[in-house]
Amino acid sequence: MIANQNLSRFLETYGIIAVIIVMMLVLTWTQPQVFPKIENLTNIVKQNASLALLALGMFVVIVTAGIDLSVGSVMALAMVALAIANRDGVPWPLVILIGPLIGVICGAVNGLGLTVLQLPHPFIMTLGTLYVVRGITYLITNGAPVSGLAPEVRYLGQANYDFGLFTPPAGLPASLFLVIVCALGLWFFMTRTSLGRHIYAIGGNPQAARVSGINVDRVLVYVYVICGFFAGLAGLLLAGRTNSGFPNAGIGIELDAIAAVIIGGASFFGGRGTVLGVLSGVVIIGLLRNGLNINNVSAFWQMILIGLVIILAVYLDVLRRKAAVRR
Amino acid sequence: MAEQSAALLKAEGVYKYFGAITALRDVNFHVASGEVLGVVGDNGAGKSTLMKILSGLYAPSEGTLIFDGRPVHFGSPRDARNMGIEMVYQDFALAGNLPIYENIYLGREPGRRLGGLTIIDRRLARKMAAEHLDRLKIHVKSVDQPVEELSGGQRQAVAIARATAFDAKVVIMDEPTAALAIKEVGKVLDLIKSLKHHGVAVIIISHRMDDIFYACDRVMALYQGTNFAESPLAATTRNEVIGWIMGTKGHTDSLAHDKVH
Ligand SMILES: Nc1ncnc2c1ncn2[C@@H]1O[C@H](COP(=O)(O)OP(=O)(O)OP(=O)(O)O)[C@@H](O)[C@H]1O
Ligand SMILES: [Mg+2]
Repeated sequence: MIANQNLSRFLETYGIIAVIIVMMLVLTWTQPQVFPKIENLTNIVKQNASLALLALGMFVVIVTAGIDLSVGSVMALAMVALAIANRDGVPWPLVILIGPLIGVICGAVNGLGLTVLQLPHPFIMTLGTLYVVRGITYLITNGAPVSGLAPEVRYLGQANYDFGLFTPPAGLPASLFLVIVCALGLWFFMTRTSLGRHIYAIGGNPQAARVSGINVDRVLVYVYVICGFFAGLAGLLLAGRTNSGFPNAGIGIELDAIAAVIIGGASFFGGRGTVLGVLSGVVIIGLLRNGLNINNVSAFWQMILIGLVIILAVYLDVLRRKAAVRR
Repeated sequence: MAEQSAALLKAEGVYKYFGAITALRDVNFHVASGEVLGVVGDNGAGKSTLMKILSGLYAPSEGTLIFDGRPVHFGSPRDARNMGIEMVYQDFALAGNLPIYENIYLGREPGRRLGGLTIIDRRLARKMAAEHLDRLKIHVKSVDQPVEELSGGQRQAVAIARATAFDAKVVIMDEPTAALAIKEVGKVLDLIKSLKHHGVAVIIISHRMDDIFYACDRVMALYQGTNFAESPLAATTRNEVIGWIMGTKGHTDSLAHDKVH
Protein backbone atom coordinates (compact mmCIF):
# COMPACT_ATOMS: atom_id res chain seq x y z
CA MET A 1 0.00 0.00 0.00
CA ILE A 2 2.77 2.43 0.91
CA ALA A 3 4.77 1.19 -2.06
CA ASN A 4 1.75 1.84 -4.21
CA GLN A 5 1.65 5.44 -3.06
CA ASN A 6 5.35 5.99 -3.45
CA LEU A 7 5.23 4.45 -6.89
CA SER A 8 2.38 6.74 -7.76
CA ARG A 9 4.33 9.79 -6.58
CA PHE A 10 7.40 8.65 -8.45
CA LEU A 11 5.38 8.21 -11.64
CA GLU A 12 3.74 11.57 -11.13
CA THR A 13 7.12 13.26 -11.06
CA TYR A 14 9.28 11.25 -13.41
CA GLY A 15 6.93 9.10 -15.52
CA ILE A 16 6.77 11.83 -18.09
CA ILE A 17 10.56 11.86 -18.47
CA ALA A 18 10.35 8.18 -19.30
CA VAL A 19 7.78 8.98 -21.98
CA ILE A 20 10.17 11.52 -23.51
CA ILE A 21 13.05 9.06 -23.50
CA VAL A 22 10.92 6.42 -25.18
CA MET A 23 9.81 8.91 -27.82
CA MET A 24 13.39 9.90 -28.54
CA LEU A 25 14.46 6.27 -28.82
CA VAL A 26 11.65 5.51 -31.23
CA LEU A 27 12.45 8.55 -33.36
CA THR A 28 16.14 7.70 -33.39
CA TRP A 29 15.26 4.18 -34.44
CA THR A 30 12.93 5.27 -37.26
CA GLN A 31 15.10 8.14 -38.56
CA PRO A 32 18.65 7.51 -37.40
CA GLN A 33 20.04 9.81 -40.13
CA VAL A 34 17.83 12.77 -39.26
CA PHE A 35 16.41 12.84 -35.79
CA PRO A 36 19.46 12.68 -33.52
CA LYS A 37 21.42 15.19 -35.62
CA ILE A 38 22.28 18.31 -33.70
CA GLU A 39 20.76 20.52 -36.43
CA ASN A 40 17.44 18.81 -35.99
CA LEU A 41 17.55 19.01 -32.20
CA THR A 42 18.51 22.68 -32.39
CA ASN A 43 15.55 23.22 -34.64
CA ILE A 44 13.14 21.55 -32.25
CA VAL A 45 14.31 23.83 -29.48
CA LYS A 46 14.07 26.98 -31.57
CA GLN A 47 10.65 26.13 -32.91
CA ASN A 48 9.25 25.44 -29.47
CA ALA A 49 10.95 28.06 -27.32
CA SER A 50 8.06 30.51 -27.65
CA LEU A 51 5.58 27.76 -26.88
CA ALA A 52 7.61 26.85 -23.80
CA LEU A 53 7.38 30.41 -22.48
CA LEU A 54 3.67 30.58 -23.20
CA ALA A 55 3.17 27.26 -21.44
CA LEU A 56 5.09 28.42 -18.37
CA GLY A 57 2.79 31.41 -18.07
CA MET A 58 -0.30 29.34 -18.77
CA PHE A 59 0.81 26.91 -16.08
CA VAL A 60 0.72 29.59 -13.39
CA VAL A 61 -2.81 30.50 -14.45
CA ILE A 62 -3.98 26.90 -14.59
CA VAL A 63 -2.63 26.26 -11.08
CA THR A 64 -5.24 28.75 -9.87
CA ALA A 65 -7.88 26.79 -11.83
CA GLY A 66 -7.97 29.65 -14.32
CA ILE A 67 -7.27 29.89 -18.02
CA ASP A 68 -5.77 32.55 -20.27
CA LEU A 69 -6.99 32.35 -23.84
CA SER A 70 -5.40 35.64 -24.81
CA VAL A 71 -1.73 34.59 -24.78
CA GLY A 72 -1.51 34.03 -28.55
CA SER A 73 -2.92 37.48 -29.26
CA VAL A 74 -0.72 39.08 -26.62
CA MET A 75 2.33 37.43 -28.14
CA ALA A 76 1.40 38.79 -31.57
CA LEU A 77 0.77 42.31 -30.26
CA ALA A 78 4.10 42.28 -28.42
CA MET A 79 5.80 41.08 -31.57
CA VAL A 80 4.38 43.68 -33.93
CA ALA A 81 4.69 46.51 -31.42
CA LEU A 82 8.38 45.91 -30.94
CA ALA A 83 8.87 45.51 -34.69
CA ILE A 84 7.16 48.85 -35.30
CA ALA A 85 9.18 50.52 -32.56
CA ASN A 86 12.34 49.11 -34.07
CA ARG A 87 11.36 50.29 -37.54
CA ASP A 88 10.65 53.77 -36.20
CA GLY A 89 14.11 54.09 -34.72
CA VAL A 90 13.51 53.42 -31.03
CA PRO A 91 16.86 52.36 -29.47
CA TRP A 92 17.13 48.59 -29.14
CA PRO A 93 17.32 48.34 -25.33
CA LEU A 94 13.86 49.94 -25.22
CA VAL A 95 12.58 47.80 -28.08
CA ILE A 96 13.48 44.68 -26.16
CA LEU A 97 11.52 45.89 -23.14
CA ILE A 98 8.41 46.62 -25.20
CA GLY A 99 7.47 42.96 -25.67
CA PRO A 100 7.39 41.94 -22.00
CA LEU A 101 5.91 45.32 -21.06
CA ILE A 102 2.96 44.84 -23.38
CA GLY A 103 2.52 41.36 -21.95
CA VAL A 104 2.45 42.74 -18.42
CA ILE A 105 -0.12 45.38 -19.35
CA CYS A 106 -2.39 42.86 -21.09
CA GLY A 107 -2.03 40.50 -18.13
CA ALA A 108 -2.97 43.27 -15.71
CA VAL A 109 -6.05 44.02 -17.80
CA ASN A 110 -7.04 40.34 -17.66
CA GLY A 111 -6.44 40.14 -13.93
CA LEU A 112 -8.30 43.35 -13.14
CA GLY A 113 -11.19 42.36 -15.39
CA LEU A 114 -11.49 39.14 -13.50
CA THR A 115 -11.26 40.62 -10.01
CA VAL A 116 -12.60 44.18 -10.30
CA LEU A 117 -15.35 43.59 -12.85
CA GLN A 118 -15.89 40.23 -11.16
CA LEU A 119 -16.51 38.41 -14.41
CA PRO A 120 -17.63 34.91 -13.47
CA HIS A 121 -14.80 32.96 -15.13
CA PRO A 122 -11.40 33.86 -16.59
CA PHE A 123 -12.46 32.08 -19.78
CA ILE A 124 -14.75 35.01 -20.52
CA MET A 125 -12.39 37.87 -19.74
CA THR A 126 -9.51 36.32 -21.66
CA LEU A 127 -11.76 35.33 -24.56
CA GLY A 128 -12.63 39.01 -24.77
CA THR A 129 -9.00 40.10 -24.72
CA LEU A 130 -8.12 37.40 -27.25
CA TYR A 131 -10.29 39.28 -29.75
CA VAL A 132 -9.54 42.81 -28.59
CA VAL A 133 -5.76 42.36 -28.56
CA ARG A 134 -5.72 40.62 -31.91
CA GLY A 135 -7.84 43.43 -33.31
CA ILE A 136 -5.39 46.02 -32.00
CA THR A 137 -2.57 44.02 -33.56
CA TYR A 138 -4.23 44.16 -36.99
CA LEU A 139 -5.14 47.80 -36.51
CA ILE A 140 -1.63 49.05 -35.85
CA THR A 141 -0.14 47.00 -38.70
CA ASN A 142 -3.01 47.23 -41.17
CA GLY A 143 -2.72 43.46 -41.17
CA ALA A 144 0.67 43.48 -42.86
CA PRO A 145 3.89 42.06 -41.40
CA VAL A 146 6.58 44.48 -40.25
CA SER A 147 9.94 43.01 -41.13
CA GLY A 148 13.57 43.74 -40.50
CA LEU A 149 14.83 44.00 -36.93
CA ALA A 150 18.05 45.25 -35.39
CA PRO A 151 20.48 42.40 -34.64
CA GLU A 152 20.38 43.19 -30.92
CA VAL A 153 16.62 42.80 -30.90
CA ARG A 154 16.89 39.50 -32.72
CA TYR A 155 19.58 38.19 -30.40
CA LEU A 156 17.51 36.15 -27.93
CA GLY A 157 15.43 34.55 -30.65
CA GLN A 158 18.19 33.95 -33.08
CA ALA A 159 21.63 33.63 -31.53
CA ASN A 160 23.31 30.26 -31.46
CA TYR A 161 26.31 29.28 -29.39
CA ASP A 162 28.50 26.67 -31.06
CA PHE A 163 31.03 26.68 -28.20
CA GLY A 164 33.55 25.59 -30.83
CA LEU A 165 31.94 22.15 -30.61
CA PHE A 166 29.35 22.36 -33.31
CA THR A 167 29.53 23.54 -36.87
CA PRO A 168 27.08 26.39 -37.39
CA PRO A 169 24.15 26.61 -37.89
CA ALA A 170 24.10 23.83 -35.31
CA GLY A 171 24.65 24.84 -31.71
CA LEU A 172 22.80 25.65 -28.57
CA PRO A 173 20.31 28.45 -29.20
CA ALA A 174 20.11 31.44 -26.88
CA SER A 175 16.39 30.80 -26.65
CA LEU A 176 17.15 27.49 -24.94
CA PHE A 177 19.05 29.28 -22.22
CA LEU A 178 16.30 31.86 -21.88
CA VAL A 179 13.73 29.11 -21.42
CA ILE A 180 15.94 27.36 -18.88
CA VAL A 181 16.48 30.54 -16.89
CA CYS A 182 12.75 31.32 -16.97
CA ALA A 183 11.87 27.78 -15.93
CA LEU A 184 14.33 27.78 -13.04
CA GLY A 185 13.13 31.19 -11.91
CA LEU A 186 9.51 30.10 -12.09
CA TRP A 187 10.26 26.85 -10.30
CA PHE A 188 11.88 28.74 -7.46
CA PHE A 189 9.03 31.23 -7.35
CA MET A 190 6.30 28.59 -7.33
CA THR A 191 7.89 26.24 -4.82
CA ARG A 192 9.94 28.43 -2.52
CA THR A 193 8.23 31.78 -2.15
CA SER A 194 5.10 32.73 -0.24
CA LEU A 195 3.37 34.14 -3.31
CA GLY A 196 4.04 30.95 -5.26
CA ARG A 197 2.57 28.82 -2.48
CA HIS A 198 -0.41 31.15 -2.23
CA ILE A 199 -1.03 30.52 -5.92
CA TYR A 200 -1.16 26.78 -5.24
CA ALA A 201 -3.36 27.35 -2.19
CA ILE A 202 -5.85 29.36 -4.24
CA GLY A 203 -5.98 26.51 -6.74
CA GLY A 204 -6.53 24.00 -3.96
CA ASN A 205 -9.16 25.89 -1.99
CA PRO A 206 -9.69 29.62 -2.52
CA GLN A 207 -11.70 29.87 0.68
CA ALA A 208 -8.80 28.43 2.68
CA ALA A 209 -6.52 31.00 1.10
CA ARG A 210 -8.92 33.80 1.94
CA VAL A 211 -9.39 32.89 5.59
CA SER A 212 -5.63 32.50 5.94
CA GLY A 213 -5.39 36.20 5.23
CA ILE A 214 -4.31 35.92 1.61
CA ASN A 215 -5.61 38.67 -0.64
CA VAL A 216 -6.90 36.32 -3.32
CA ASP A 217 -7.81 39.03 -5.81
CA ARG A 218 -4.39 40.62 -5.63
CA VAL A 219 -2.67 37.27 -6.12
CA LEU A 220 -4.87 36.57 -9.16
CA VAL A 221 -3.84 39.87 -10.74
CA TYR A 222 -0.18 38.90 -10.24
CA VAL A 223 -0.91 35.53 -11.81
CA TYR A 224 -2.31 37.00 -15.03
CA VAL A 225 0.49 39.56 -15.11
CA ILE A 226 3.06 36.75 -14.93
CA CYS A 227 1.28 34.91 -17.72
CA GLY A 228 1.19 38.08 -19.83
CA PHE A 229 4.86 38.72 -19.16
CA PHE A 230 5.78 35.31 -20.55
CA ALA A 231 3.54 35.87 -23.58
CA GLY A 232 5.33 39.16 -24.26
CA LEU A 233 8.70 37.49 -23.89
CA ALA A 234 7.55 34.77 -26.28
CA GLY A 235 6.73 37.55 -28.75
CA LEU A 236 10.28 38.86 -28.46
CA LEU A 237 11.70 35.41 -29.17
CA LEU A 238 9.43 34.81 -32.12
CA ALA A 239 10.20 38.24 -33.57
CA GLY A 240 13.90 37.47 -33.27
CA ARG A 241 13.59 34.09 -34.91
CA THR A 242 11.44 35.27 -37.82
CA ASN A 243 13.00 38.74 -38.14
CA SER A 244 9.56 40.32 -38.24
CA GLY A 245 6.42 41.35 -36.47
CA PHE A 246 3.71 39.15 -37.83
CA PRO A 247 0.12 40.09 -37.01
CA ASN A 248 -1.13 36.57 -37.68
CA ALA A 249 1.40 35.01 -35.32
CA GLY A 250 0.21 32.66 -32.63
CA ILE A 251 -3.36 32.15 -33.74
CA GLY A 252 -4.55 29.13 -31.78
CA ILE A 253 -1.25 28.74 -29.95
CA GLU A 254 -3.02 29.24 -26.60
CA LEU A 255 -4.45 25.78 -27.16
CA ASP A 256 -0.96 24.33 -27.65
CA ALA A 257 0.11 25.99 -24.43
CA ILE A 258 -2.87 24.58 -22.56
CA ALA A 259 -2.18 21.16 -24.10
CA ALA A 260 1.44 21.26 -22.96
CA VAL A 261 0.43 22.15 -19.41
CA ILE A 262 -2.18 19.41 -19.25
CA ILE A 263 0.05 16.77 -20.85
CA GLY A 264 2.65 17.84 -18.31
CA GLY A 265 0.37 16.67 -15.53
CA ALA A 266 -1.09 19.89 -14.18
CA SER A 267 -4.68 19.63 -13.07
CA PHE A 268 -7.19 21.65 -15.01
CA PHE A 269 -9.02 22.10 -11.73
CA GLY A 270 -6.11 23.86 -10.12
CA GLY A 271 -3.64 23.32 -7.32
CA ARG A 272 -1.49 20.75 -9.05
CA GLY A 273 1.38 20.72 -11.49
CA THR A 274 5.10 21.31 -11.77
CA VAL A 275 7.41 23.38 -13.95
CA LEU A 276 9.28 20.22 -14.93
CA GLY A 277 6.00 18.69 -16.06
CA VAL A 278 5.15 21.71 -18.18
CA LEU A 279 8.51 21.68 -19.93
CA SER A 280 8.08 17.97 -20.52
CA GLY A 281 4.68 18.64 -22.02
CA VAL A 282 6.25 21.13 -24.42
CA VAL A 283 9.00 18.67 -25.33
CA ILE A 284 6.44 15.94 -26.00
CA ILE A 285 4.46 18.20 -28.33
CA GLY A 286 7.67 19.34 -30.02
CA LEU A 287 8.95 15.79 -30.48
CA LEU A 288 5.60 14.65 -31.78
CA ARG A 289 5.50 17.38 -34.42
CA ASN A 290 9.12 16.92 -35.38
CA GLY A 291 8.87 13.14 -35.43
CA LEU A 292 5.83 13.18 -37.66
CA ASN A 293 7.44 15.76 -39.94
CA ILE A 294 10.65 13.88 -40.46
CA ASN A 295 8.67 10.70 -41.01
CA ASN A 296 6.63 12.57 -43.63
CA VAL A 297 3.35 12.22 -41.83
CA SER A 298 0.90 14.93 -42.76
CA ALA A 299 0.14 17.89 -40.50
CA PHE A 300 -3.41 16.64 -40.28
CA TRP A 301 -2.24 13.54 -38.51
CA GLN A 302 -0.25 15.70 -36.13
CA MET A 303 -3.44 17.33 -34.92
CA ILE A 304 -5.16 14.00 -34.47
CA LEU A 305 -2.21 12.61 -32.54
CA ILE A 306 -1.81 15.60 -30.27
CA GLY A 307 -5.49 15.40 -29.45
CA LEU A 308 -5.16 11.72 -28.62
CA VAL A 309 -2.08 12.37 -26.49
CA ILE A 310 -3.97 14.94 -24.43
CA ILE A 311 -6.77 12.48 -23.80
CA LEU A 312 -4.34 9.67 -23.03
CA ALA A 313 -2.23 11.81 -20.71
CA VAL A 314 -5.23 12.85 -18.65
CA TYR A 315 -6.61 9.33 -18.64
CA LEU A 316 -3.31 7.99 -17.30
CA ASP A 317 -3.54 10.63 -14.62
CA VAL A 318 -7.03 9.45 -13.71
CA LEU A 319 -5.74 5.89 -13.42
CA ARG A 320 -2.78 6.99 -11.32
CA ARG A 321 -5.03 8.89 -8.96
CA LYS A 322 -7.32 5.92 -8.56
CA ALA A 323 -4.33 3.75 -7.73
CA ALA A 324 -3.18 6.29 -5.15
CA VAL A 325 -6.57 6.46 -3.44
CA ARG A 326 -6.96 2.68 -3.26
CA ARG A 327 -4.51 2.24 -0.39
CA MET B 1 -20.64 41.41 35.60
CA ALA B 2 -16.94 41.00 36.12
CA GLU B 3 -16.19 39.28 32.84
CA GLN B 4 -18.10 41.90 30.96
CA SER B 5 -15.93 44.76 32.08
CA ALA B 6 -12.91 42.65 31.17
CA ALA B 7 -14.34 41.72 27.77
CA LEU B 8 -11.54 41.19 25.28
CA LEU B 9 -13.78 40.99 22.25
CA LYS B 10 -17.22 42.54 22.08
CA ALA B 11 -19.87 43.01 19.44
CA GLU B 12 -22.67 45.51 19.85
CA GLY B 13 -25.89 45.76 17.89
CA VAL B 14 -24.70 43.56 15.04
CA TYR B 15 -26.95 43.07 12.02
CA LYS B 16 -26.05 40.97 9.01
CA TYR B 17 -28.09 40.86 5.84
CA PHE B 18 -27.56 38.47 2.95
CA GLY B 19 -29.76 40.02 0.30
CA ALA B 20 -33.27 39.62 1.63
CA ILE B 21 -32.21 37.30 4.45
CA THR B 22 -31.50 38.82 7.85
CA ALA B 23 -29.03 36.37 9.36
CA LEU B 24 -28.35 38.45 12.50
CA ARG B 25 -30.56 41.04 14.16
CA ASP B 26 -29.23 43.33 16.88
CA VAL B 27 -26.88 40.73 18.32
CA ASN B 28 -24.67 41.54 21.28
CA PHE B 29 -21.73 39.42 22.22
CA HIS B 30 -18.72 39.44 24.50
CA VAL B 31 -15.95 37.13 25.61
CA ALA B 32 -13.11 37.63 28.08
CA SER B 33 -9.53 36.39 28.21
CA GLY B 34 -9.34 32.97 29.78
CA GLU B 35 -13.03 32.41 29.29
CA VAL B 36 -14.57 29.56 27.33
CA LEU B 37 -17.86 30.58 25.81
CA GLY B 38 -20.25 28.07 24.29
CA VAL B 39 -22.53 29.29 21.53
CA VAL B 40 -25.60 27.21 20.82
CA GLY B 41 -28.57 27.52 18.52
CA ASP B 42 -30.58 25.66 15.95
CA ASN B 43 -29.34 25.13 12.39
CA GLY B 44 -29.44 28.48 10.65
CA ALA B 45 -29.62 30.42 13.91
CA GLY B 46 -26.70 32.58 12.79
CA LYS B 47 -23.88 31.12 14.87
CA SER B 48 -21.41 30.71 12.03
CA THR B 49 -22.33 34.08 10.59
CA LEU B 50 -21.61 35.81 13.89
CA MET B 51 -18.27 34.03 14.20
CA LYS B 52 -17.29 34.91 10.64
CA ILE B 53 -17.94 38.54 11.50
CA LEU B 54 -15.74 38.25 14.58
CA SER B 55 -12.96 36.66 12.52
CA GLY B 56 -13.07 39.28 9.77
CA LEU B 57 -14.43 37.10 6.96
CA TYR B 58 -17.69 39.07 6.80
CA ALA B 59 -18.20 42.71 7.61
CA PRO B 60 -21.26 43.38 9.78
CA SER B 61 -24.06 45.19 7.94
CA GLU B 62 -24.54 47.28 11.07
CA GLY B 63 -23.04 47.35 14.54
CA THR B 64 -19.57 47.62 16.03
CA LEU B 65 -16.81 45.31 17.10
CA ILE B 66 -14.67 46.23 20.07
CA PHE B 67 -11.35 44.56 20.70
CA ASP B 68 -9.40 45.32 23.86
CA GLY B 69 -11.61 48.33 24.52
CA ARG B 70 -11.17 49.90 21.09
CA PRO B 71 -13.58 49.81 18.15
CA VAL B 72 -12.07 47.80 15.30
CA HIS B 73 -12.79 47.23 11.65
CA PHE B 74 -11.71 44.02 9.99
CA GLY B 75 -11.31 44.39 6.26
CA SER B 76 -10.35 40.76 5.91
CA PRO B 77 -9.38 37.74 8.04
CA ARG B 78 -5.82 39.03 7.82
CA ASP B 79 -6.72 42.05 9.98
CA ALA B 80 -8.37 39.85 12.58
CA ARG B 81 -5.46 37.41 12.58
CA ASN B 82 -3.02 40.26 13.06
CA MET B 83 -4.88 41.13 16.25
CA GLY B 84 -4.74 37.56 17.45
CA ILE B 85 -8.22 36.37 16.51
CA GLU B 86 -8.17 32.92 14.92
CA MET B 87 -10.97 30.73 13.71
CA VAL B 88 -11.40 27.05 13.00
CA TYR B 89 -14.06 26.91 10.32
CA GLN B 90 -16.91 24.46 10.22
CA ASP B 91 -15.60 23.08 6.91
CA PHE B 92 -11.97 23.43 8.13
CA ALA B 93 -10.99 25.68 5.19
CA LEU B 94 -7.79 23.81 4.40
CA ALA B 95 -6.03 23.53 1.05
CA GLY B 96 -6.14 19.79 0.37
CA ASN B 97 -3.37 19.93 -2.22
CA LEU B 98 -0.87 21.38 0.23
CA PRO B 99 0.98 19.46 2.94
CA ILE B 100 0.09 19.78 6.59
CA TYR B 101 2.90 22.13 7.47
CA GLU B 102 2.06 24.53 4.66
CA ASN B 103 -1.55 24.67 5.74
CA ILE B 104 -0.51 25.54 9.26
CA TYR B 105 1.64 28.46 8.11
CA LEU B 106 -0.38 29.51 5.07
CA GLY B 107 -0.34 33.30 4.87
CA ARG B 108 2.35 33.58 7.55
CA GLU B 109 5.23 31.54 6.20
CA PRO B 110 8.48 31.77 8.13
CA GLY B 111 11.50 32.81 6.11
CA ARG B 112 13.47 35.71 4.71
CA ARG B 113 11.48 38.74 3.60
CA LEU B 114 12.41 40.10 0.21
CA GLY B 115 10.25 43.04 -0.79
CA GLY B 116 6.69 41.80 -0.57
CA LEU B 117 7.82 38.22 -0.93
CA THR B 118 8.94 35.67 1.63
CA ILE B 119 11.57 33.14 0.64
CA ILE B 120 10.16 30.33 2.73
CA ASP B 121 12.42 28.54 5.16
CA ARG B 122 10.88 25.15 4.58
CA ARG B 123 13.02 23.32 7.07
CA LEU B 124 12.07 25.75 9.80
CA ALA B 125 8.38 25.59 8.83
CA ARG B 126 8.43 21.79 8.98
CA LYS B 127 10.22 21.77 12.30
CA MET B 128 7.90 24.36 13.83
CA ALA B 129 4.86 22.49 12.55
CA ALA B 130 6.06 19.16 13.95
CA GLU B 131 6.82 20.72 17.33
CA HIS B 132 3.51 22.51 17.45
CA LEU B 133 1.59 19.34 16.61
CA ASP B 134 3.55 17.52 19.32
CA ARG B 135 2.60 20.17 21.84
CA LEU B 136 -1.04 19.67 20.89
CA LYS B 137 -0.52 15.89 21.17
CA ILE B 138 -1.63 15.52 17.58
CA HIS B 139 -0.03 12.62 15.76
CA VAL B 140 0.47 12.54 12.03
CA LYS B 141 2.69 10.36 9.90
CA SER B 142 4.57 13.30 8.50
CA VAL B 143 4.00 17.03 8.23
CA ASP B 144 4.63 16.58 4.50
CA GLN B 145 1.42 14.63 4.00
CA PRO B 146 -1.07 16.43 1.77
CA VAL B 147 -4.15 17.35 3.77
CA GLU B 148 -6.43 15.62 1.25
CA GLU B 149 -4.99 12.30 2.40
CA LEU B 150 -6.06 12.87 6.00
CA SER B 151 -9.13 11.64 7.84
CA GLY B 152 -11.79 14.07 9.00
CA GLY B 153 -10.41 14.07 12.52
CA GLN B 154 -6.88 14.69 11.33
CA ARG B 155 -8.03 17.59 9.20
CA GLN B 156 -9.82 19.00 12.18
CA ALA B 157 -6.58 18.72 14.12
CA VAL B 158 -4.65 20.54 11.41
CA ALA B 159 -7.23 23.32 11.36
CA ILE B 160 -6.88 23.66 15.12
CA ALA B 161 -3.11 23.62 14.82
CA ARG B 162 -3.28 26.46 12.32
CA ALA B 163 -5.49 28.52 14.64
CA THR B 164 -3.13 28.05 17.57
CA ALA B 165 0.25 28.19 15.84
CA PHE B 166 0.74 31.84 16.67
CA ASP B 167 -0.08 33.21 20.08
CA ALA B 168 -3.77 33.73 19.53
CA LYS B 169 -5.76 35.83 21.98
CA VAL B 170 -9.13 34.61 20.76
CA VAL B 171 -9.74 31.21 19.23
CA ILE B 172 -13.12 30.59 17.64
CA MET B 173 -14.07 27.00 16.87
CA ASP B 174 -17.09 26.31 14.73
CA GLU B 175 -18.30 22.81 15.69
CA PRO B 176 -14.81 21.57 16.51
CA THR B 177 -15.97 18.12 17.52
CA ALA B 178 -18.56 17.40 14.83
CA ALA B 179 -16.21 15.31 12.69
CA LEU B 180 -14.44 13.51 15.49
CA ALA B 181 -14.43 10.08 17.08
CA ILE B 182 -15.04 10.01 20.84
CA LYS B 183 -11.36 9.72 21.71
CA GLU B 184 -10.46 12.70 19.58
CA VAL B 185 -13.31 14.74 21.05
CA GLY B 186 -11.70 14.41 24.46
CA LYS B 187 -8.40 15.67 23.08
CA VAL B 188 -9.99 18.73 21.56
CA LEU B 189 -11.87 19.54 24.75
CA ASP B 190 -8.68 19.20 26.79
CA LEU B 191 -6.91 21.43 24.31
CA ILE B 192 -9.63 24.02 24.82
CA LYS B 193 -9.04 23.86 28.56
CA SER B 194 -5.33 24.28 28.12
CA LEU B 195 -5.89 27.32 25.89
CA LYS B 196 -8.07 28.73 28.64
CA HIS B 197 -5.29 28.24 31.16
CA HIS B 198 -2.99 30.18 28.88
CA GLY B 199 -5.43 33.08 29.06
CA VAL B 200 -6.90 32.61 25.60
CA ALA B 201 -10.52 33.51 25.03
CA VAL B 202 -12.14 30.48 23.43
CA ILE B 203 -15.49 30.42 21.68
CA ILE B 204 -16.95 27.08 20.70
CA ILE B 205 -20.03 26.45 18.69
CA SER B 206 -21.45 23.04 19.39
CA HIS B 207 -24.63 21.06 19.17
CA ARG B 208 -23.31 18.59 21.74
CA MET B 209 -24.36 19.36 25.29
CA ASP B 210 -21.54 17.12 26.56
CA ASP B 211 -18.96 19.46 25.01
CA ILE B 212 -20.65 22.57 26.31
CA PHE B 213 -21.01 21.28 29.83
CA TYR B 214 -17.50 19.86 29.95
CA ALA B 215 -15.53 22.79 28.63
CA CYS B 216 -17.46 26.04 28.91
CA ASP B 217 -17.69 28.75 31.54
CA ARG B 218 -20.68 30.41 29.97
CA VAL B 219 -23.20 29.58 27.32
CA MET B 220 -25.18 31.84 25.01
CA ALA B 221 -28.00 30.88 22.70
CA LEU B 222 -28.94 32.45 19.39
CA TYR B 223 -32.41 31.94 18.02
CA GLN B 224 -33.35 32.98 14.50
CA GLY B 225 -30.55 35.51 14.38
CA THR B 226 -31.16 37.15 17.76
CA ASN B 227 -29.76 36.87 21.29
CA PHE B 228 -32.10 34.47 23.00
CA ALA B 229 -30.57 33.56 26.32
CA GLU B 230 -27.27 33.48 28.15
CA SER B 231 -26.01 32.14 31.45
CA PRO B 232 -22.93 31.12 33.40
CA LEU B 233 -22.71 27.39 33.04
CA ALA B 234 -23.07 26.79 36.73
CA ALA B 235 -26.44 28.51 36.75
CA THR B 236 -28.13 26.49 34.06
CA THR B 237 -28.91 22.91 33.09
CA ARG B 238 -28.73 20.81 29.97
CA ASN B 239 -32.46 20.73 29.65
CA GLU B 240 -32.70 24.46 29.88
CA VAL B 241 -30.04 24.97 27.21
CA ILE B 242 -31.74 22.46 24.95
CA GLY B 243 -34.92 24.42 25.46
CA TRP B 244 -33.14 27.62 24.34
CA ILE B 245 -32.02 25.93 21.17
CA MET B 246 -35.64 25.07 20.45
CA GLY B 247 -36.67 28.63 21.24
CA THR B 248 -38.40 27.97 24.54
CA LYS B 249 -37.55 29.49 27.88
CA GLY B 250 -38.20 27.77 31.15
CA HIS B 251 -39.33 29.68 34.21
CA THR B 252 -36.08 29.49 36.10
CA ASP B 253 -34.51 32.52 37.74
CA SER B 254 -31.21 32.15 35.98
CA LEU B 255 -32.81 33.59 32.88
CA ALA B 256 -32.31 37.05 34.25
CA HIS B 257 -28.94 36.84 32.54
CA ASP B 258 -30.32 36.94 29.09
CA LYS B 259 -30.00 40.67 28.84
CA VAL B 260 -26.41 41.30 27.90
CA HIS B 261 -26.37 44.96 28.77
N1 LIG C 1 -23.07 33.50 2.52
C1 LIG C 1 -24.41 33.47 2.76
N2 LIG C 1 -25.27 33.88 1.82
C2 LIG C 1 -26.61 33.87 2.06
N3 LIG C 1 -27.18 33.45 3.19
C3 LIG C 1 -26.36 33.01 4.16
C4 LIG C 1 -24.94 33.00 4.01
N4 LIG C 1 -24.39 32.53 5.15
C5 LIG C 1 -25.41 32.26 5.95
N5 LIG C 1 -26.60 32.55 5.38
C6 LIG C 1 -27.92 32.40 6.00
O1 LIG C 1 -27.85 32.97 7.29
C7 LIG C 1 -28.54 32.18 8.23
C8 LIG C 1 -27.61 31.79 9.35
O2 LIG C 1 -26.64 30.88 8.87
P1 LIG C 1 -25.45 30.34 9.75
O3 LIG C 1 -24.56 29.57 8.86
O4 LIG C 1 -24.85 31.45 10.51
O5 LIG C 1 -26.22 29.34 10.72
P2 LIG C 1 -25.62 28.40 11.86
O6 LIG C 1 -26.23 28.85 13.12
O7 LIG C 1 -24.13 28.37 11.80
O8 LIG C 1 -26.22 26.99 11.44
P3 LIG C 1 -25.57 25.51 11.51
O9 LIG C 1 -25.80 25.00 12.87
O10 LIG C 1 -26.36 24.75 10.50
O11 LIG C 1 -24.12 25.62 11.16
C9 LIG C 1 -29.11 31.00 7.46
O12 LIG C 1 -30.45 31.29 7.14
C10 LIG C 1 -28.29 30.96 6.22
O13 LIG C 1 -29.03 30.44 5.15
MG1 LIG D 1 -22.71 26.93 11.25
